Amino acid sequence: MVHRRYKEKGIETVFFVTAAITVLALLFICLFLFRDGYLLFETSSFIDFITGDAWYPTSTPARFGLLPLLFGSLLVTAGAIFISVPLGVAAAIYISELSSPRVSDFLKPFIEILAGIPSVVYGFFGLVVLVPLIKELLGLPTGQTALAGSIMLSMMALPTIISISEDAISAVPLSLKEGSLALGGTQWQTIYKVVLPAALSGISAAVILGIGRAIGETMTVLMVTGNTAVIPGFPEGILDPVRTMTATIALEMGEVPQGSEHYHALFAVGSVLFITTFIINLIADKIKKKYKLKEGL
Amino acid sequence: MASKTKLWSITLVLIMILALFGAGCTGNGDETEGDDEGAMEAESILLTGSTTVLPLAQAAAETYMEIHPEQSITVNGGGSGVGIAALIDGSTDIAMASRKIKDSEVGEAEANGVTPVEHVIAWDGLAVIVNPENPIDQLTYAQIRGIYDGSISNWADVGGEDMEIVVQSRDSSSGTYEYFKEEILEDGEYRQDALAASSNGAVVQAVAQNDAAIGYIGYAYLDDSVKAVDVDKDGTMVAATTENILAGDYPLSRPLHFYTDGEPTGLAEDFIDFIFSDEGTEIINEVGYFPAK
Repeated sequence: MVHRRYKEKGIETVFFVTAAITVLALLFICLFLFRDGYLLFETSSFIDFITGDAWYPTSTPARFGLLPLLFGSLLVTAGAIFISVPLGVAAAIYISELSSPRVSDFLKPFIEILAGIPSVVYGFFGLVVLVPLIKELLGLPTGQTALAGSIMLSMMALPTIISISEDAISAVPLSLKEGSLALGGTQWQTIYKVVLPAALSGISAAVILGIGRAIGETMTVLMVTGNTAVIPGFPEGILDPVRTMTATIALEMGEVPQGSEHYHALFAVGSVLFITTFIINLIADKIKKKYKLKEGL
Repeated sequence: MASKTKLWSITLVLIMILALFGAGCTGNGDETEGDDEGAMEAESILLTGSTTVLPLAQAAAETYMEIHPEQSITVNGGGSGVGIAALIDGSTDIAMASRKIKDSEVGEAEANGVTPVEHVIAWDGLAVIVNPENPIDQLTYAQIRGIYDGSISNWADVGGEDMEIVVQSRDSSSGTYEYFKEEILEDGEYRQDALAASSNGAVVQAVAQNDAAIGYIGYAYLDDSVKAVDVDKDGTMVAATTENILAGDYPLSRPLHFYTDGEPTGLAEDFIDFIFSDEGTEIINEVGYFPAK
C-alpha cells in the first residue's frame, strides 16, 4: 500500500517537473530576449528606436528605426485577417452545418493537408505564381507587395481558423438549434442568430490564433513582400513592398556579428514581436472569458 | 534563408566528419607505407567565415580530404565578420572573407597578439542584371549609383523606356551587399525603397519575372533568364564575361580572401597551396569563381 502511494507521488512529481520545464523555458527565453534587446539602449536611444522611421543597420552611424518594420507586420497581418476570417468562418459553417457528412469527410482532410505544407513551399508558390499575377492584374511596378504576403498568410491561417471554428460550431448543444427550429426559425436564421453567437468565443479564439500564426510567420513573408523597410501608407500601402519584423530578423540574424549593436537591435525587434503576440493572446483570453459568462453554458 | 543554409552546411560538415571517420577506419591498414608527400602528421584545421567563400572552401576541403584521408578540415559559415572575429580570438585557423580586413580589425588582432596574413585565393565577379526584355545593354557607374541611391527612378533617364525602375538589392548581412555599397555607392546609402532579397537566386528570380527590375548577383549565378549589362571602366564599356573578369578588365570583381595568424604552417599551408594547384584551380572554376593568378 505504502509502495503504491510512493509510486503515485513519484509519477505526480515527474509530471510536475515536465510542466515546470515549459514555464522555466519561457522564463529564460524572456530573460535572454529582453536582456539582449535592452543592451541596445546602452549605446543608442530608446526614443530613436521606437519612433525611428529608417532601418539602416549597417550604415555609419547605424539607424535602428522600428516603425517601418512594426507597421509592415501590422499591415500584412491586417490584410491576411481581412481575407481569411470571412472565408474561414464561412467554410466552417458550411462544413459543420450545411454540407452532407460525405462532403465534409472529403473536405476536412484537404484542409488539414493545407496546414501541413511547409511555409517555404508557400513562399515559393507565392513568388513564382502570385507575385507575377499581382503585378500583371493590378499594373504595379512589382508584385512583391504587402498584398502578396497577406494572401499567402491568409491561406496559411485558414486551416487554423476553419478547424477551430468548426469545433466551436459543432460544440453548440443540439437543444439550442432544435429550440430555434421548433420556434419556426429557418436554417439560416438558426445559424445566424443562435449558432454563431453561441460559438462566438471559439470563433474568436480561432481568429486570434490565426492572427498569431500570421504575425509570427517568417519564411513566406520574407519571400513575397519585397522587404523594403519603408513605413507603408494605409490602406494604399497594401500595394507597396513592405518589410515585417520577422523577415528582418531572419534576413539579418544569419551573419550579424555576435554582441554588436546590430545584434542587440535584432533582439530588441524580437522583444517587440514577443510583446505584441503576448498582448494578442491576452486579448484572446479576455474575449473568451467574457463570452463564456454571457452564454451561461 | 541564411540560417537554413547554415543549418544545411552544419549538417553537411557533420556528415563529412562521420564519413571521414568511416574512411579512416577502413583505410588505416594499407595506408601505412604512405605516399611520398604524405610525410605530414595527421592534423585538423577549422575554417570559418564568408558564405561567399564557403562553397569554394567546402569543395576544396572535400577533394583534399579524399587525397589525404588522415587530415581533417572543417568548414563553417557565419559571414566575413564572424570569420575574422574568430581568427582574432583564436577560435579558428583560417578566416574566410569576401572583403578586405578592416583597419579596426587589424588593430584588435594586434592587441590580441594575432598577426593576420592575407591570401587572395580567388576572384568573384559581380554582374548587374536586368530583364532580357529591357532594351538597356550598358550602364555607367554613375547611372548605377543613381539608380541605387534613389536619384534615378525611371528607365527613360538612362536611355530606356518610360517605366519606373524596380530596384532589387540584398539583405544587409550579405557580403555582396557590402561590396556593392562600397564599390558603387562609395559607402553612401541605398535608397530606402529598394527591395531586399535573401539570396542571389532570389534576385535572379525577381529580375527574370519583372521587365522593370534591376539587380546585382555573383557571377556564378548568371543564367539565360536575365541579362547582364556592360559596365564602364575608364570610359569604355566592358561586358561581364569570364574573359574580361580573368583579364582584370571588368571593374566589378572582388578578391576572396583567406586570413591566417602569421604565415600558415602544416596542414593550413598545404591546404592553401592545394587551392593554388591545378586541381584547386579546377575546383575554383567549377564553383563559378576565378583563379587568383
